[in-house]
Amino acid sequence: MTYADRWLLPDGVEDILPEKAVRIESLRRRLLDLYSRWGYELVIPPLIEYTDSLLIGLGRDIDLMTFKVTDQLSGRTLGIRADITPQTARIDAHSLKRSGPARLCYAGHVLHTRPKSPLGTRSPIQAGVELYGEASVNGDIEVISLLLASLQACGLEQLNIDLGHVEIYRTLAAEAQLDKGQERAFFDLLQTKATSDINTWVDKNVGSAEIAAMLKALPTLAGSRQILSEARQILAKAPAAVQEALDTLDAIAAVVSERFPQSNLYFDLSELRGYNYHTGVVFAAFAPGYGASIANGGRYDHVGEVFGNARPATGFNVDITAIDGLVKAPAASSGAIFAPATDDGAQWDTVNRLRAEGEVVVCGFEGQSVADVNADCDRQLVFEAGEYRVRSL
Amino acid sequence: MSHMLTIALTKGRILKETLPLLASAGIEPAEDISKSRKLIFATNQEHVRLLILRGSDVPTYVKFGSADMGIAGKDTLMESGSEGLYEPVDLGIARCQLMTAAVKGVKTPDGRIKVATKYVNVAKQYYAAQGRQADIIKLYGAMELAPIMDLADEIVDIVDTGNTLRANGLEPREHIADISSRLIVNKASMKMKHDQIQQVIDAVQQAVGG
Repeated sequence: MTYADRWLLPDGVEDILPEKAVRIESLRRRLLDLYSRWGYELVIPPLIEYTDSLLIGLGRDIDLMTFKVTDQLSGRTLGIRADITPQTARIDAHSLKRSGPARLCYAGHVLHTRPKSPLGTRSPIQAGVELYGEASVNGDIEVISLLLASLQACGLEQLNIDLGHVEIYRTLAAEAQLDKGQERAFFDLLQTKATSDINTWVDKNVGSAEIAAMLKALPTLAGSRQILSEARQILAKAPAAVQEALDTLDAIAAVVSERFPQSNLYFDLSELRGYNYHTGVVFAAFAPGYGASIANGGRYDHVGEVFGNARPATGFNVDITAIDGLVKAPAASSGAIFAPATDDGAQWDTVNRLRAEGEVVVCGFEGQSVADVNADCDRQLVFEAGEYRVRSL
Repeated sequence: MSHMLTIALTKGRILKETLPLLASAGIEPAEDISKSRKLIFATNQEHVRLLILRGSDVPTYVKFGSADMGIAGKDTLMESGSEGLYEPVDLGIARCQLMTAAVKGVKTPDGRIKVATKYVNVAKQYYAAQGRQADIIKLYGAMELAPIMDLADEIVDIVDTGNTLRANGLEPREHIADISSRLIVNKASMKMKHDQIQQVIDAVQQAVGG
C-alpha cells in the first residue's frame, strides 16, 4: 500500500465535504422540522443491533444488504442497519406499546453491502416517517401527502409519484395457483414488462383462460389515473381483494391530486417494490436528472407480528444524498465577518454580540490577515472612534 | 409537457434494422448516422435525440438514466442484469442463440471445467444452475480459439449460423437462451415521461407486428 492510496475510501463510500455537507444538513433539518410540524416524533435508533431483530420480517433482500459482525460480548450476530424502518417497527411494538396511532420520524446514515441502484452510494443518509396503528386508506393518504410535502420542502419542483398495490398481483398469483418457483419466475418477468415473454410464460403455466388474460394485462396497466378504470374492466372478474385495492388507489388519487394539483401521479399495477414485506399500497418518488427513485414507501402491516404486536403500518424514507444535487442550492447567506487578532477584551464582547445576532465571525490568529483564514469573509471588524464596527472589505 | 427523450442505439448492422422501427414512431435522425463521426444526433422531433454507442454500453446508459430508452441485445441484457430496466418490446431482429460449444467429438471432462466467454455472469449462472463447477475465463473475442488451444474446455457464445464454429472444428452443444434485440426503458424515465415513452413503445410494437 503506497502513501497515496492509503487514504482512499472503499467503493461507494464518501466524505461529504463542507459545501455539500451544508446542503445535506439543511435538507435533513428541513425534513425533520416538517415531520415534527405534522406531529411525527423523532426517534434515534442505534446504528447496530442483533440481526434477530433487525432483519426479521423484511425478507431476504435486506439480509443481503446488511453488513454483519459478531458481538464479542454475546457471541450473537450484529447487523449494521441497512434500513431504519424495522427499527422503528420494533420501537413501536416494544418500547412505546401505544394503543392509538404512533407517528415516528428519523434521519440518519444506513449502510448497504452493495448500492441499491447503480447511482447510489453504500452509505446513504435517509430521512423518513412511519405511521403505526391506522389501517384505513386515510393513513396511506396522510403519508403520501407528507411525502409530497417533503419533496416540496426540499425544493423539488416536479413531483413525480409512482403508485402500485401489491395485493393485486398477490391475489391474482394465488388465484392462478402458481407454486413458489413459478411465482418467483413470473415476478421476475413482470418486473421487466417483457410482454412477449410474459405472454409465452402465462400460456405455458396458467390453465384458466380467464386468469391468464388478467395476468397478461397486468404489465400494460400502467399510466395516468385513467388506467384504474381500465383495470376495473379488465380485472372485473378478479376476487374482491383486487377490487378493494383499486378502490384504495382511487381514493388516494382523488385526495392527493386535489391537495397537490401540480403532482404527476403514475400508476403501475405490476410495480412490486419490496413485495416480500409490503401488504398494500406501495409508492415511490422520482425526479428529473436521477435515474432511480429518490424516496420509497408503502404499507407493511405484518412486520410488527414478529415483535408480538402486529400493528397496521405505513411510511416512507427519502434518500437525502440522492436529492442533494437535484435541487437548487439555498440562496447564499451573507459572508462571514473577519475579526483581526487583538489583546483588547472589548473586541470579544462585540464578537459575542454579533454571533448572538446570527452573524458568522471568524477570529484571526496573530499575524493573519483576512486572506489567511480560508473563510468566506465579506466584512471585517475595525476599531474606529473608540468602538468596534463592521465594515465591508 | 415535453421533456427531452434520449434514445441509445448501436452502430452497424442492427442500426439499419432499427431506424425503420423508429421511423414508424415518427422519429428520424436529422442526418445520415452512418456517414458521421458524431455520437449524438438530433432528430426531426425537437424533444428526441439519439446516442450512438457500443452495444454492450447501451444497458449501462439506460440503467443510469443517462438515456431514457435504448435498443440492446438480449445477450447484453442478460449479462448486465435487467435491474432498473423494462424491456417491453421484443424487436425480433438480430436473432441468434446463446449456446455452449466445444471441440467436435471431444467429451467435456467431469468435475471442474474451464469455460471461456465474454458473458461472464451468464456463464456463471448457467453452469451453477446445471450444478456444475466451472472456472470462467473472460475473453474479448475469437472465443473459438480457446478450446483449440486448450485454454478452456467449453465456450459460451452467441451462435448465428454456426459456420464459424464448424470452420474451427467446434460444435454447438447446449442451448442457453434465444437472443434478439429488445427495446429497453429506464424505469424512472417510464414513470416520469410516460406519455412520450408509451407512444414510442406502441408505435414500435405495432411496427414489429405485436
